[in-house]
Amino acid sequence: MRNWRVRLAPTWAKASIPVYSIVLAFAVAAIVVIVSSVFTETGFSPLLPFAAYASLFAGAFGSGTSIGNALVSAAPLMFGGLAVGLGLKAGLFNIGVAGQFLVGAFAAAVTGASLATAPTIVGMPLAILVGATAGAAYGFIPGYLKARTGAHEVVTTIMLNNAAVLLLTWTVNDLARAPGFSFPRTGETGQSALPILLGRNLHLGIVFAVVAIFVIRWILDRTTLGFEIRTVGANPSAARYAGMRPVFITALTMTVSGLLAGLAGAIQMLGVIGFYAPGITASVGFDSIAVALLGRSDPIGILFAALLFGAFRAGAPLMQIETSVPIEVIDIIQALVILFLAADLIVRKVFRVRAPKVEITEMATVTGSWGGASGGSSGAGAPR
Amino acid sequence: MSDKTPVLVMRGITKRFPGGTLANDSIDLDLREREIHALLGENGAGKTTLMNILYGLVTPDEGEIRIDGAPVTIQGPADAIARGIGMVHQHFMLVPVLTVAENVVLGQEITRVGGILDLRAAERRIRELAERLGFTVDPRARVDQLSLGQQQRVEILKAIYRGARILVLDEPTAVLTPQETREIFGVLRRLREEGTSIIFITHKLDEVLEIADRITVIRRGKVVGTRKPAETNENELAELMVGRAVSLRVDRGQSHPGDVMLEVIGLRVLDDRRHEVCQGVDLTVRSGEIVGIAGVGGNGQDELVECVVGLRKPIAGTIRLAGRDITRLSVEERRDLGVAYVPADRQRFGLVLPYLLPDNFVLTRYGEVPYAAGLGGFIRQDRPIRAEAGRLAKEFDVRASSLDIAAATLSGGNQQKVVVAREFRHDLKVLVVDQPTRGLDVGSIEFIHKQVIERRDAGVAVLLVSAELDEVLDLSDRILVMYRGRIVGSFAAAEAQREKVGLLMATGEARP
Amino acid sequence: MDILALPRLTWEFLVYLFLVMPDLLPIILSLATPLALGALCGVLGERSGVVNIGIEGIMLMAAFFGYLTGFAFHEPLGSGVALALGIAASIATGAVLGLLHAWLTVTVRADQIIAGTMMNIAAFGVTGYLNRLIITPSGRGGAGVITPFHLPDQLASLPLVGPILAMFLDQGPIAMSVIVLVLVSQFALFRTRWGLRTRAVGEHPKAADTVGIDVFRQRYMNVIMGCAFAGLAGAYLTLESTGSFQNGMTGGRGFIALAAVIFGRWTPLGSFLGALLFGTATAFGIIVNVRPAEGDLGALMKTIPTFWYAALPYLITVVILAGVVGRSTPPAADGIPYAKEGKG
Repeated sequence: MRNWRVRLAPTWAKASIPVYSIVLAFAVAAIVVIVSSVFTETGFSPLLPFAAYASLFAGAFGSGTSIGNALVSAAPLMFGGLAVGLGLKAGLFNIGVAGQFLVGAFAAAVTGASLATAPTIVGMPLAILVGATAGAAYGFIPGYLKARTGAHEVVTTIMLNNAAVLLLTWTVNDLARAPGFSFPRTGETGQSALPILLGRNLHLGIVFAVVAIFVIRWILDRTTLGFEIRTVGANPSAARYAGMRPVFITALTMTVSGLLAGLAGAIQMLGVIGFYAPGITASVGFDSIAVALLGRSDPIGILFAALLFGAFRAGAPLMQIETSVPIEVIDIIQALVILFLAADLIVRKVFRVRAPKVEITEMATVTGSWGGASGGSSGAGAPR
Repeated sequence: MSDKTPVLVMRGITKRFPGGTLANDSIDLDLREREIHALLGENGAGKTTLMNILYGLVTPDEGEIRIDGAPVTIQGPADAIARGIGMVHQHFMLVPVLTVAENVVLGQEITRVGGILDLRAAERRIRELAERLGFTVDPRARVDQLSLGQQQRVEILKAIYRGARILVLDEPTAVLTPQETREIFGVLRRLREEGTSIIFITHKLDEVLEIADRITVIRRGKVVGTRKPAETNENELAELMVGRAVSLRVDRGQSHPGDVMLEVIGLRVLDDRRHEVCQGVDLTVRSGEIVGIAGVGGNGQDELVECVVGLRKPIAGTIRLAGRDITRLSVEERRDLGVAYVPADRQRFGLVLPYLLPDNFVLTRYGEVPYAAGLGGFIRQDRPIRAEAGRLAKEFDVRASSLDIAAATLSGGNQQKVVVAREFRHDLKVLVVDQPTRGLDVGSIEFIHKQVIERRDAGVAVLLVSAELDEVLDLSDRILVMYRGRIVGSFAAAEAQREKVGLLMATGEARP
Repeated sequence: MDILALPRLTWEFLVYLFLVMPDLLPIILSLATPLALGALCGVLGERSGVVNIGIEGIMLMAAFFGYLTGFAFHEPLGSGVALALGIAASIATGAVLGLLHAWLTVTVRADQIIAGTMMNIAAFGVTGYLNRLIITPSGRGGAGVITPFHLPDQLASLPLVGPILAMFLDQGPIAMSVIVLVLVSQFALFRTRWGLRTRAVGEHPKAADTVGIDVFRQRYMNVIMGCAFAGLAGAYLTLESTGSFQNGMTGGRGFIALAAVIFGRWTPLGSFLGALLFGTATAFGIIVNVRPAEGDLGALMKTIPTFWYAALPYLITVVILAGVVGRSTPPAADGIPYAKEGKG
């Protein structure tokens, strides 16, 4: 009886704050829902959150189809969460998942369309590969700039997000527009689409996503490359001293991060959407950040966080239909989760959790590199 | 000095920090008017905590403070300043990018209507105060352009500008040359004449005997004795400080230098702000000898050392290891050839604090067999890593409850032992140590000095850089002095005299 | 196109710029206004040591709540009062969010970049949520755009001086106030007691603490004030510039403002110039559509896809960051939470 308690203790120590953060986020969001229900036609309704949350969970877990939908929504979030999480491990904050996702989706769409009549075993992997490469290239740009010039990825990736939308809109409108449709879009992916495994829409991409989780975990924990990535994030100066090359690791990590985000786009394209048209938005961008933070940048944590958020996104439309609570409430919950994770003091006070011992502080590296400071020599002069 | 009511009385001061450390244990201290009272103790004894309590930065758990006989509670620095207490901290509290005038008046600015600064009036006042104390200062100069001695005088001006009658100086001579130390003592004596009472925190025995009117020794948070300089000597004070008879000088023994192992020729180096901070440095180190570089911090030593190790690229010059040109080699390549480095900032360069001990013990060899194998050295091997960590921890007496704790939880001395254990391998050719015992307790200092000498005796060429002149004089077989990016003096240990070396450190010239 | 045409095209380009200048300059300032105000927010915060990447989110929330207020009072109280209340609501929203950011970064000592990211996500969520819930269903008219002040035509037609006057005065009240706010901030930061203490707190908070300055209070004050400016930027977007609200209408301006801060070396005046630079990039994209060039130059410019004009400000931001950021140093304590040691 005691045995499993003792063995689960370290896992709970890591997972307790994220779990409590979600609970607290739902609680605060409920208050928002109650207060804003004043503005709905049905008027003030203190019970609204309960109905809304019930619908949400029904929409997410209520039936086989719902669970399938949740898994389908979770797949790109796993890739996106890995993208952000891997970046964080190296002290990089990749907010460009949205842009890398779109670039990867577009590349996969175009490749898939051009191979639509080829056998699936050829078209599908190729389209995924092209999508991943496109994402990698789009992640390389801010990575290289950060590594070489110190331009902080927080700003450059967001700028590139905006540029990506404009670039792809123009490309679809003018260059890659498929003939025979009433609005600008790429062609049908035909046989390049991801095969369906189960039910109506559970596609192969979910398998790829789970595999990616374990591959990244293995790289981070068991390989020298993973050790280098983590050290560059934890202490760039010591990394240099140990003979690692922070410039190379930074560029490489952002590239791989972009690759993962591109994969998110590729499987979403080949498994769900099927074609690229201007106006496709990617909530994956911000969702991935929440998933990575909730999972503490740890691949297994990201796995669970992605499943959770996938469930929310899948269940939200039903909630909006049944209770008229807008789906944006998920965004609010997401922001609250991040708030409670960042200010974990609150969670710890409310739920009486004791302070964790020493944690990897890669966020310090992210924020510390804001002004382009390099991990240079220890200053001469007055002893520190 | 009068025997009236003491200006300051601290009685029964006790402070325990979270985590259990008893920093101050029922300390009694009194300061008489026009007195220079030295607070002597080794690193970590509790002197700085006591003074932080006086300055309101730390609240005591128990005890009473009385100023001019009246009990007071000091709420914070602003309150301390209002009561006439001024503090010059060990790490200067000056804003580097602001001018002297701006730094001095900060917090008590002279303003015109609307909060607009009146810097002209500030400059006038500063010049007046400086003259009274016997020195000159340019109020318009930016603080980061000043020498450390000048910065220290600005700190004193700050305190006097605020009307300090009690002035506390925390390790004021840590970064000064012997000449600058003499100058600052002159300023302190002037202050004493003018009516200021001074508390002087230090761990340097000779200074204490020279400047203090009375000496209080603190050991592990307790007062162990108060003496007048005339009644005591260095040996008694050292014994009080440490609690046992201490050999003040480590026995270096005879060195047997062999072939030339490390050569630096014509090295020119830029610092992070692109100033030429090494202007043609030449030096050689033979195997089996310790060459020590003495010099005030900021004269290029750190950058020189980084170039030797491979963390910085010189703009001109050559570095040779056993005759082979290594100027273009990377840090790892030099490490493979037998160059090891104990960095000055151990927490920033030497360790990854959040990592557990095994990873820190193999930090610089993580990619080597047997710590990584398979797929061309890609996969890490836990068992060899742990075995090595255990072996090193034992051999170098690293006090830790287990291997699976983060390096951040170790004391300064144990952290340095981890770095030293990792770097002091048996197949070294060149060992570069920078500030190896900064901030450590006497026990750790002894241990590390012994280790360095052992390496030398095993045939390693050791290059030592230290801001503690005594450490350089004690350990080195040959002493170089570095000033403004050049080597300005070279002595065998027997010829080196403290005064001569100090003069070179301060001015770059052999004659004043 | 042969290489000999290059000098001629360059000349034609310069003539074109001169001709469109009178129309170009006012557009530049109006595009630069939200950027400049956002940059002021960034400067005040970072000079005190607090990084705020949530300027985008604060602008968006302030834009929404200002619009909502104007929208609500439009009919009962009339356009003028509604607009004034709307601006007040925006500024208040900015200040409240500034208080939240200050609390998270200064008191709770949460990571500053995560706190800013949270603000951005929250803004998109809250404004989208409330927009869908309240405004969209009602389908009523907008808040009513502030009628901008118009410069008398005689002044505007003065050669050389005229267009510059027009740039600054032929604008709405918020845009006109920007240059004043910038100049006042610049003076205050370097010549007043408040400015000295702010800079000290951002460079070396421990030093400021030891001379009795309340680091926390200084940071709180500056973050709240700065975010009030960001709120004003939001008001500009919905009440002075467009008169309506769209989800995500800030479009990255908050981040471009951050680049302007770095470009301007963390000074109000410098970042204002940066804002003008970015405004010019966008303005240029507009002008070539509204008043296209003639002849060969025009043909050449038409072949460049519109995507490049639209993406220009974003790409310039990336280029500027890459070129400038390594060379200028931020305040030394920027982004580092301050913890008093040993008290209590």
